[in-house]
Amino acid sequence: MAERLLTTSKAIAEAIAQEMERDERVFVMGEDVGAYGGIFGATEGLLEKFGPERVMDTPISEMGFIGAGVGAAIEGMRPVVELMFVDFFGAAMDQIYNHMAKIHYMSGGRVNVPMVLMTAIGGGYSDAAQHSQCLYGLFAHVPGLKIVVPSTPYDAKGLMIQAIRDEDPVMYFFHKGVMGLGWMTPNPRATGPVPEEPYTVPFGQAAVRREGTDLTILTLSLMVHRSLDAAEKLAEEGISAEVIDLRTLVPLDRETIVESVKKTHRVMIVDEDYKSFGMSGELATIVVEEALDYLDAPPKRLAVPDTPIPYSRPMEQFVIPSVDRIAEAARELVTS
Amino acid sequence: MALSKEQLLDMYRMLVKIRTFEERVGEIYYEGKLPAFDIAAGPIPGEMHLYTGQEAVATGVCAHLRPDDPVTSTHRPHGHLIAKGVDLKAMMAEIFGKKTGLCKGKGGHMHLFDPTLHFGCGGIVGGGIPHAVGAALAIKKRGEDRVAVSFFGEGAANIGAFHESLNLAAIWNLPVVFVVEDNLYAISVPKSKSTAVRSNAERGVAYGIPGVQVDGQDVIAVYEAAGEAIDRARRGGGPSIIEAICYRFRGHFEGDAEKYLPPGEKEKWRQKDPIHILGNQLKQQGWLSDEEAAAIQDEMTALVREAEMFARESPYPAPEEALEDVFVNL
Repeated sequence: MAERLLTTSKAIAEAIAQEMERDERVFVMGEDVGAYGGIFGATEGLLEKFGPERVMDTPISEMGFIGAGVGAAIEGMRPVVELMFVDFFGAAMDQIYNHMAKIHYMSGGRVNVPMVLMTAIGGGYSDAAQHSQCLYGLFAHVPGLKIVVPSTPYDAKGLMIQAIRDEDPVMYFFHKGVMGLGWMTPNPRATGPVPEEPYTVPFGQAAVRREGTDLTILTLSLMVHRSLDAAEKLAEEGISAEVIDLRTLVPLDRETIVESVKKTHRVMIVDEDYKSFGMSGELATIVVEEALDYLDAPPKRLAVPDTPIPYSRPMEQFVIPSVDRIAEAARELVTS
Repeated sequence: MALSKEQLLDMYRMLVKIRTFEERVGEIYYEGKLPAFDIAAGPIPGEMHLYTGQEAVATGVCAHLRPDDPVTSTHRPHGHLIAKGVDLKAMMAEIFGKKTGLCKGKGGHMHLFDPTLHFGCGGIVGGGIPHAVGAALAIKKRGEDRVAVSFFGEGAANIGAFHESLNLAAIWNLPVVFVVEDNLYAISVPKSKSTAVRSNAERGVAYGIPGVQVDGQDVIAVYEAAGEAIDRARRGGGPSIIEAICYRFRGHFEGDAEKYLPPGEKEKWRQKDPIHILGNQLKQQGWLSDEEAAAIQDEMTALVREAEMFARESPYPAPEEALEDVFVNL
């Protein structure tokens, strides 16, 4: 039988639906998650299946409904809350980092907050500075949040089921460019095989998406797709790049990172988040701390160069890592 | 709703219990901190916001609550938690930062959690209001008859979380009661400088929910208003808001010089001490003698002393316990 293919957005919606069928404590709330099906399709079809009591459209009150998710989770529910764009976190950050993230710790481990906060990230389609950020590094910086950033439809489903079943608060970041939406630039990697039955993808296990020997590319989300495209080009030139999809930042699979670098002796971090004080610096530090003696060159970073995301196409394409610039940076690294 | 002698005496005992706890914490707090005030020193370090003077609000509201009714509180949480029925020993130990505390020393005086009483609080003004809405949402989804209550100050009624929460509670018709403790000041800023609305109860109109303002020094008035609101919520009648006008007898926090107070104001409010108000009513009824009042005070002093001894004798957490409880599983 042929493998069933799904887009990432349909894989996420299916994961939530299957958990809602399995566990009556699971419910969904957010802006336009009902009849609209979520602006990026993550809740498509759920209202029809489960009704408005379990798939709740909210007013534009991110502080209120994310905080309500915290309260409902403490009282034993399993809320899946959507923050439409991660860029809107400012309206709710107190509830995310002071409450959702810290209540388990502040209570001495006596109160659990098993909620999922899912949100859309990423640019590349001229939505400019307030609708195009990634920001997973910012949330990974705050103790107490698990940070999930899938790149494939298979992972999107398995990581979402794991997130809903997890006892800790999870932030689940889906990149608009990996969702397989009809109104975005077509991305063949946004559609892939997804088993019908429920399954989980464990947190803290990176995936080696392509094996290589000359350099390691550490990345996640849409940048996995671009790094794989770059690796194909590089292969034609005789450069063998290993591409590692981190899948989750918290917990982070340090072992796979370090083992790969020990094999390739060169590492490049490709990140669609801002460069300074973020994921790329953290990963470079881990490599230096744990595998310095194996490095033939300093770690290389390709990330958004500390500017807001500009609107105009040439400028936006300049700041977000592209296939060509990933390949170019890789060439520089292996010849350094 | 006529209150029985037993009900009134129970509330009197609770007022005295909270007052005794708070006044003793206020004494211990200064141990090791003087003569030059050092906030980090002594057996109880950090900020300390005591509930002395406001006891009637927690007492009158929580008299209607069951242990499984969720309550969210504030940076001034002791009274609410005591009225909810907490074990004073575990609470005092937490305030001392001890391993035997409610939160194993990780929370402290502003972050007290007791899941057995469905109680949480926090140091962010207005932060707990949405949690009560979420708790009420969970209750409604399960078809239970529990009621969530959120206590917060009149200062919190100007933060976005308050307004978003009232709106959500109203549109979803949730079993939640919002209790505004108007103690006249948000730290030092009086209500008149922070809102043009006379009563925060009137703000319920904006969200289509009932609101009432009561004398927060009169526990019977609080009890009656809270009873109506909580009964309505329990019967599926939806949310409401109560504003209780009350007064802090010890300022915003320990060490507050209270330069902002008009001369004579506190002395005037001291005449409206909630313990005296109810005590006098009980005495007039012939339900409380001076000897009985003294016996209640002795009993509460002994309870608080027992909690204090437990806290003092308990061990501190090991330093590396700081690394535990960030996640359930990682």
